[in-house]
Amino acid sequence: MNHSFVPKAADMLVVGPETIVAAAAMLILLAELMPARISKAAAPWIAALGLLASFIPMTTTGISVRTGFSGMVVTDGFAVLMKAVLAVTGLLTIGFSTHYIKREDLDRAEYYALVLFAISGMMLMASSANLIMVFLSLEILSISLYVLSGFARTQPRSQEASLKYFLLGSFASAFLLYGIALVYGGAGTISLAGIANAIASEGAARNPVLLAGAGLIAVGLGFKVAAVPFQMWTPDVYEGAPSSVTAFMSVGAKAAGFAALARVFLTAFGDIKVDWMPALWAVAALTMIVGNVVAVAQTDIKRMLAYSSIAHAGYILVGLAAANQAGVSALVFYLAAYLFMNLGAWAVVILAGRRGEAGTEIDSYNGLFWRNPGAAAAMGVFMFALAGLPPTGGFMAKFYVFSAALQANMVGLVVIGALTSLVSVYYYARVTVVMFMRDPEPDAAPISTRGLLGVTLAVTAAATIYLGVLPGQLFQLAGLAQIARP
Amino acid sequence: MLSAYFPILVLIVLATGFALGALTLSHVLGPKRPNPAKSEPYECGMRPIGSARQRIPVRFYLIAMLFILFDIEIVFLYPWAIVFDHLGLFGLVEMIVFIAILVVGYVYVWRKGALEWE
Repeated sequence: MNHSFVPKAADMLVVGPETIVAAAAMLILLAELMPARISKAAAPWIAALGLLASFIPMTTTGISVRTGFSGMVVTDGFAVLMKAVLAVTGLLTIGFSTHYIKREDLDRAEYYALVLFAISGMMLMASSANLIMVFLSLEILSISLYVLSGFARTQPRSQEASLKYFLLGSFASAFLLYGIALVYGGAGTISLAGIANAIASEGAARNPVLLAGAGLIAVGLGFKVAAVPFQMWTPDVYEGAPSSVTAFMSVGAKAAGFAALARVFLTAFGDIKVDWMPALWAVAALTMIVGNVVAVAQTDIKRMLAYSSIAHAGYILVGLAAANQAGVSALVFYLAAYLFMNLGAWAVVILAGRRGEAGTEIDSYNGLFWRNPGAAAAMGVFMFALAGLPPTGGFMAKFYVFSAALQANMVGLVVIGALTSLVSVYYYARVTVVMFMRDPEPDAAPISTRGLLGVTLAVTAAATIYLGVLPGQLFQLAGLAQIARP
Repeated sequence: MLSAYFPILVLIVLATGFALGALTLSHVLGPKRPNPAKSEPYECGMRPIGSARQRIPVRFYLIAMLFILFDIEIVFLYPWAIVFDHLGLFGLVEMIVFIAILVVGYVYVWRKGALEWE
């Protein structure tokens, strides 16, 4: 009998980070055996330690290319850097969650367990070398996020967000599955390397079934990254879900979705990129235009940031549409920069908000500078970064994405990107203006910056400026983000 | 060629015979004290006649979901038991890890009182 399917310890190293994160999540569930007071206090620490420990297998494998479990999973420079982005996202999420979930009365250990389970799914997505692994990891992260969106279960808005996300998310999963089935029909395999082989050698490239399958996979993953025209759920879910969850999924789910999109389309469908590049071109252009233009009309900061996250998905799609190595590196750099500026902005939203998700109107940021100068200054940095103004990480991120697109001769897309960035300056600057130039409401009390939330704010603001002034180190790292060609 | 299917025929005869035998024996030997609740098709408190569109306690849903989870465990255990000899120590460790993960879930739902029917 053939024993080749029996995995070795080396296989575990490929999925080491996600295994550690999932184990930490289960440890949190087991901690429930202890009195509630202890398990609640221990949960964020277990979560943080698990995320920190996940860096050990990442540094062990480094950027070396290894496959595991009969080619079901793969680790390479791209996978490791995406996992690092996700682990940092998790750490910062814990940083701004501890204060928030106490204020909103959501202080349960399950919150951290679900965040960790979602991260393990996201990490697995970056390592998937088989379409069935893409689907499996998508479900791990989606189901955790559906529950997290409804975590404020006594609030109708949170329930509504959870249900909407669940229904539309299941719909998108069905699209993805249908796409996988069609690709199997066209290529005769669902392993990414096998599909690439079939396209290269057996002439499956002109098979309409395969092309339709690729399209449906793009729809399923496009939903997760909130690309137009699959963005309908985003504003409602982002507004209704607890703020800390929204912040987490606006970065985490996006990073995971882009990791899968990049790997599937550049490895399996790499040889038919002439077919999908125009489609991604159009989706990227639409996403940048719709996201930025609709964000102008928002009066609620959570909805504004939701449309802003749609717009940023568009900029990242520009890097993907370029379909070259510069585009992949730019994508990783963008997600790393976006992670700090976006999570930072959400941390200020959490700090300035009041119990019961109150105080999210942009008007309630009037004179924030006089209520908490530090938070207002940090928010100013994040708004400038999100708008893509130098000297912030947001500017460098856009610069790299656009130069990758220019390498691929996509001048039109770069022009659209630059013009929509100009539009975005309006709505980001408006927040800055009301914070610094308007008087606070007479009854508005000063806001104190509390422990871990303050640290999170300081770290994100410092990182955002650092990436703008000295982007070289991260850019070199992002250059190592090569997707292994099977 | 057809003889290869003979064991299946034997299985069908045995299975049918066992089911019929058990039913007949319990019909002949068992005491009968019917009451209205016992005569209903399902003895779980659901009214079998009437509109199906009524609200049911969410506890049914929870129990059904937990049942599926642990049922899947059994589904994996059977094929594993068949090839146990070939998998050796590795197969044992792998299954222990799998069951340990499910035990974490079991301990959790138990601790949270999800298995209690108030």
